[in-house]
Amino acid sequence: MATLENGGLPAPLEKPYRPPIVAPGHTTASVTDKISEVVLQRTPKWWFFGFAASFSLLMVFLVSVTWLFVKGVGIWGVNWPIGWGFAIICFVWWIGIGHAGTLISAILLLLRQEWRTSINRFAEAMTLFAVACAGLYPVLHLGRPWLFYWLLPYPNTMNLWPQFRSPLIWDVFAVSTYATVSALFWYVGLVPDLATLRDRSSNRLAKVIYGFGAMGWRGSAAHWHNYETAYLLLAGLATPLVLSVHTVVSFDFAIGIVPGWHATIFPPYFVAGAIYAGFAMVLTLAIPLRHLFKLEDFITTRHLQNMGKVMLATGMIVVYGYMTELFFAWYSGNVYEMFMAWNRIFGPYRFHWYTLILCNAVVPQLLWLRRIRTSPLWLFAISMVVSVGMWLERFIIVITSLHRDFLPGSWGMYHGTIWDWGTFIGTIGLFLTLFFLFIRFLPTISIFEMRTIVPGSHGGEYTEVPR
Amino acid sequence: MAAMAAMAAMAAMAANDNESERNLMDSVKPKGKCGAEAAPRPGPARLDVAQVRERLQAKKGPEFWRSLDELAATPEFEELLHREFPRHASEWTDGVSRRRFLQLASASLALAGLTGCTKQPNEPIIPYVRQPEQIIPGKPLYFATALTLGGYALGVLAESHEGRPTKIEGNPGHPASLGATDLFSQASLLTLYDPARSQTILHTGRPGTWGGFVGEMSARLRAVQALGGGLRILTGNVTSPTLTAQIQDLLRATPGARWHRWEPAGHHQSFAASVRAFGRPLETRYDFSKAKVIVNLGSDVLCEGPAGVRYARDFSEGRRVRANRPEMSRVYTVESVPSNLSTVSDHRLQLPPAQVEGFTLALAQALGAAPAGGPALTDPNIQKWIQAVVQDLQANRGASLVVADEYASPAAQVLVHAINQALGNAGNAIYYLEPLEADPVDHVRSMAELVRDMNAGQVELLLMLDGVNPVYTAPADLDFAQALQKVPLRVHHGLYEDETSEYCHWHIPAAHELESWGDARSFDGTVTLIQPLIDPLYGGKTSHEVLGALSNQPDATAYDLVRQFWSTRLPGLTAGLARAAQDTTGSGGITTTLGMGGFSGTTGGSWGPAPGAAGSNGSGSAGGDMASGAGNPPGTGGTIDTNSASATGTGTGAAGAASAATASGTAGAAGDAFEAAWRQALHAGQIPATAARRTTAAVAGGAAQQAAGEIAAALSRSRPGQITLLLRPDPTIWDGRFASNGWLQELPKPISKITWDNALMVSPKTAERLKVTFHDVVEVSAGGRKIESAVWVLPGMAEDTAVLTLGYGRKRAGSGTGQGFNAYPLRTTRSLWTVPGVQVRSLDKRYTLACTQNHHVVQGHEVDEDELANREAQRRHVVHTGTLEQFRRNPEFVREEREAPPPDLDMYPPYRYDGHAWGMAIDLNVCTGCNACVVACQSENNIPVVGKDQVLAGREMHWLRVDRYFYGDLDAPQIHNQPLPCMHCEHAPCEVVCPVAATVHSDEGLNDMVYNRCVGTRYCSNNCPYKVRRFNFLRYSDKETPVLELINNPDVTVRMRGVMEKCSYCVQRIEEAKIESKVEQKPIPPNWLQTACQQACPTRAIVFGDQNGREWEVRRWKEDPLNYGLLEELNTRPRTTYLAKLRNPNPLLEPAAEGAEHGHA
Repeated sequence: MATLENGGLPAPLEKPYRPPIVAPGHTTASVTDKISEVVLQRTPKWWFFGFAASFSLLMVFLVSVTWLFVKGVGIWGVNWPIGWGFAIICFVWWIGIGHAGTLISAILLLLRQEWRTSINRFAEAMTLFAVACAGLYPVLHLGRPWLFYWLLPYPNTMNLWPQFRSPLIWDVFAVSTYATVSALFWYVGLVPDLATLRDRSSNRLAKVIYGFGAMGWRGSAAHWHNYETAYLLLAGLATPLVLSVHTVVSFDFAIGIVPGWHATIFPPYFVAGAIYAGFAMVLTLAIPLRHLFKLEDFITTRHLQNMGKVMLATGMIVVYGYMTELFFAWYSGNVYEMFMAWNRIFGPYRFHWYTLILCNAVVPQLLWLRRIRTSPLWLFAISMVVSVGMWLERFIIVITSLHRDFLPGSWGMYHGTIWDWGTFIGTIGLFLTLFFLFIRFLPTISIFEMRTIVPGSHGGEYTEVPR
Repeated sequence: MAAMAAMAAMAAMAANDNESERNLMDSVKPKGKCGAEAAPRPGPARLDVAQVRERLQAKKGPEFWRSLDELAATPEFEELLHREFPRHASEWTDGVSRRRFLQLASASLALAGLTGCTKQPNEPIIPYVRQPEQIIPGKPLYFATALTLGGYALGVLAESHEGRPTKIEGNPGHPASLGATDLFSQASLLTLYDPARSQTILHTGRPGTWGGFVGEMSARLRAVQALGGGLRILTGNVTSPTLTAQIQDLLRATPGARWHRWEPAGHHQSFAASVRAFGRPLETRYDFSKAKVIVNLGSDVLCEGPAGVRYARDFSEGRRVRANRPEMSRVYTVESVPSNLSTVSDHRLQLPPAQVEGFTLALAQALGAAPAGGPALTDPNIQKWIQAVVQDLQANRGASLVVADEYASPAAQVLVHAINQALGNAGNAIYYLEPLEADPVDHVRSMAELVRDMNAGQVELLLMLDGVNPVYTAPADLDFAQALQKVPLRVHHGLYEDETSEYCHWHIPAAHELESWGDARSFDGTVTLIQPLIDPLYGGKTSHEVLGALSNQPDATAYDLVRQFWSTRLPGLTAGLARAAQDTTGSGGITTTLGMGGFSGTTGGSWGPAPGAAGSNGSGSAGGDMASGAGNPPGTGGTIDTNSASATGTGTGAAGAASAATASGTAGAAGDAFEAAWRQALHAGQIPATAARRTTAAVAGGAAQQAAGEIAAALSRSRPGQITLLLRPDPTIWDGRFASNGWLQELPKPISKITWDNALMVSPKTAERLKVTFHDVVEVSAGGRKIESAVWVLPGMAEDTAVLTLGYGRKRAGSGTGQGFNAYPLRTTRSLWTVPGVQVRSLDKRYTLACTQNHHVVQGHEVDEDELANREAQRRHVVHTGTLEQFRRNPEFVREEREAPPPDLDMYPPYRYDGHAWGMAIDLNVCTGCNACVVACQSENNIPVVGKDQVLAGREMHWLRVDRYFYGDLDAPQIHNQPLPCMHCEHAPCEVVCPVAATVHSDEGLNDMVYNRCVGTRYCSNNCPYKVRRFNFLRYSDKETPVLELINNPDVTVRMRGVMEKCSYCVQRIEEAKIESKVEQKPIPPNWLQTACQQACPTRAIVFGDQNGREWEVRRWKEDPLNYGLLEELNTRPRTTYLAKLRNPNPLLEPAAEGAEHGHA
């Protein structure tokens, strides 16, 4: 940097240069205009195409689920001995994806990482939708889904409670708490922006609807004060949840005695995997979004690069998890564990495992290169690969552990049926449909928070030396 | 449905809209009542007191009155009386009010919901006004009867719930059963109810009548008689004295008539051999209890044939090793196809068929039973074997047994007879009976003659009785179907419309044995009575009745005919009754009694049910009587009469009871004697003193020499690389007669574990040479005939050998139609079981076979896990094995190898079991893998059949499975069976992971499954290391077919889709025993209680009971040093444990030092 100007004297305290998180030239007004315009303008054509495609996938979901309810889980590939299949794989996959939003919103907020501002809104929305998709699976995969409420502790005439030793019960609490807090967090963060939209929309109906949502927000100091307090509190609440949800989800496996599940590494390994998958999904969504809505000014290369770094870091933790699993298997000397590891690498699902390693461990190493980290196209491709890899990881954990466990006489094989795929693709449809509705009707980027980071809004807080 | 109902309600509402408005308007009237009351009506009638007085005086009204209104009988009061809730009730007469609409809407919703879920039958149900004698709802009755296979009877007790048979158990007093059953008799229950059974008499394909049939028969028969011949009867193997007498009467009455027989899997070669060896047909029988050394030359007599159940029992007694009895017999098996017997052999040698016969010859030569000379088997291993076997046999002269039986060529069997004679075994471990058929014929020749006569136009009327299906089963070279069409009148009588009935003018549905009266001989000749448990479901007729129709007795019932036959003969036999009953029941050495009915079984009646109550658990005491043997012989107690009365009275319904009553009413003193004997015989299920006498026979001089020459010639003809095809009856559907039986179709075949199909089995090396593998379709041809079959690669098969079972590829067989491959086209009169020199050609097609173990097809790719699975099973000590020598040296060797964690290693406080602690032990040493337990479990516990596609998807539902492991070299493996029910772990991994507490631990140590609570997360199954849980992925229980509802055990829930299920240790039987114990105020007698699998097991490999009870056998087994738990190192503490499998190898073939290595092979 330009420090020699001072003749060798120590440079004045100056922040190191970072690329801006908002493109230069923006004012609070232009930020508001630009973001709210996305919602208030006429619906662009591509939106209709995108929505129609997503909605058709949603119909695939409805058909699959209807057939599922008519016939039973036997339409899926689950069998004996592989009692869990796509439903649990996809549950864990979606729940993992749902981690990034809250992590970005809550943890990065608490850590005062301002760059989060331009991505937190849609990351949170993504979280909500992903959790919604995830939450469907445990109900759908039940043999008698209409009795799902028996997993809830509710007073009943039989005086029966759920069985609290079962990790599936912990799951119910973890996921429902997470969904509730995430929804609240997202909504609270939306309130000032809904007020903005209320004020700016010309359509009477929109005014009323946004007005309801804004809950009488007028932007008074008292409002802002309450808002900041509530938001921080929720962030504080949400932060441990980010860690706890996937920890509890990992207990679904770790509590079992099945070789390949019963491992202490699971909680941290799952959490890292979740963040990994979550960031991959944020990137998958952010890159086309910024292009289509021309939001490159707000979701800058720096954002992409930061997310790439997070992916690289969490990806390495996940790879460490894989290595630990193999090491444990070898070090335990336990015939079942050793066989499990051997079977993953050389068994009938070896190609799944190799692909997993390729997707989750090898390809992301490209992120070490700055050129790739700053290339939206590369990042998009890598994120997709990671998403596939993370799906395969859950496949490996669920299927290869179950299909050859203790007694060789009860080994089996598994493959998903058309209805498994229909349900999975269907939830992608549900997710995308919700997301398309979201980007059309709500501000994709937090307007008021963006205003706070526009240069000058904080009296020179951001005095980076322009290059 | 709901929507429609709601719409209807809406429509009704709309139609009445105006009216209801008007009513609402009306309601705004001063009275302020609800709109309903407000309809204009005349004002209240004036109460006329004078009139009231007048009425009271006239005393026309009621004497007690409540008000003056009542006395006056005003319209208001009348109305008050008329309506229970006057104000509300009147609303119903109005148009639709708001209230009414809501009611309708909610009712329609509720109704729609109800009808959507369950179907309520429309028929009115009527309770018993007066309860039928002996029937207490919920209490089963047991009847002694018999089921036959190939003509031979197995005595059974059939359990009946309110008149419907629900379960088959062995008859402990019957010599062929001794309380156990085989899979066929267990499964015959499903055949009884099979909706695919033929249900109407067919005349040229259209429904006909019995009257029409009888009419045409008598007319044609007269014509035939006038012509002087032309009547032919074709049956299977018949041992029934009544039927034989009937047929012979008919033959006498019809000059020129002939009786032909064809039993596809009958005793063809063994009779041929005995004719060659002894000059006359004899039935060869074995007494395994007297054999210390057994050499099995390719037979499978433990799980097949008329005496399989009894043989298995006798055999197992010689193999049961305990700490206090460290002895066992030694079994050598030389065979081409792995059999059930070879899974419990100490030594196994697999050789191609010609060499098995060569081995027989060499053995005979070495033992001096055949002249020396001819080509020798040069293989040093075979030489070593012969040497060792000969030495062992000679050391056990008179106490050894060489078994060849039906599948060996007649020549080889002649040599085996000679060997046994040379060893002095004849009369000891092997003995001979005069044929049990009244008129023994060579079935093959009999068929050939029939076909010859049919072709010659000499057959005017062919009567095919009792399910014989020659169009499908006759030897292919006879071309039976072609010849059949030359017969002017063809009559078929059978349970199913089949390939033969298609060619017949008349098809008469047969009555199932559980619907019939009849008799049949068991393997030792004992006449076993067959009595019906239920009226024919589909109007079937017995063979007796069909024959009756041809012999001027068209209206005689089978009951009349059988009774009539025995009425002259039975009294002569009664003298020996008590003695014989004691003989037969005492010899079995039964220690475990029936797990049913009253407790009287073990206590010898000292506090059994009072005679008056005997009907309630009638056959419970029946079983008890027989089980207690000499302690309470039949014929001594008053209970006998009650029981046999129950047999006739309730078994056949009112008609049977009536005929029994008239019979006994009209009979004189002789009749009374007969009646008593008849009842006793029915009660015991057998006619005493009818066992055939053993006969002595010497092998004719020169027979052995001739046989030796034949074998030598055949051996020198055989070339390596030339494939010999062996044909065998199918282990589950036999000769095809059970093709429609879902239980048997879905039963994994022993060793191969294939379901729903047969396949051409070849060894791994032969498959490699032929360049074929699993699921490949090949063409097998021999002598110009060819068939197609899918291939299965089976370790344990000899090289250059293929085996295909009979019974599949049926064109018409109910639910089994089209499954598998028909092997009969290759079966000719000259090659019944062995087809040498077949060509196998790959057809570049695939046919997917469904296997339940270690072989899977995933999206067209096959995964064959055999080798890996078996290596892992060995590493994991799944089947603990050792040698007898090792056990003698160190009885604790299994215990020392066990890896059970210390008992206090648990997070949760331990359970305490102060009362009962149920447990099971399974003796792997005697399990032959015969599958009887699996079918028994299926029958007892209402386990559904899922179909081939679901088996392929990996969803079979058997609660008890028999795992099979190949140990050692895949080209010459040892084979082990391991029955696997639920382990009822004390630290059950399934219990902690169930989120809704649907699987819980009972205070007696059972791992209970609460179906009603299960939501179906399947976590329990994932977490079960034994994978014994079964999930209803779809709705597998057939609740749509009404007749199949009858088969269900009413004590066991029929599970719905979406719930987990598993072995419950037959908890319904436990509860029954506990209730009985409470009623009787006595503890459950030791060993009184049996699970279904235990009860069925012919080798008594399974024992169940109270581990806390000092006297219970299960406790003794568990204390045995051979006892071990499966996967104990997981700290699951299984309640089901195993007794390690021991071998008793010959030191000559396997030096002792080597044996020590087999610690946990």
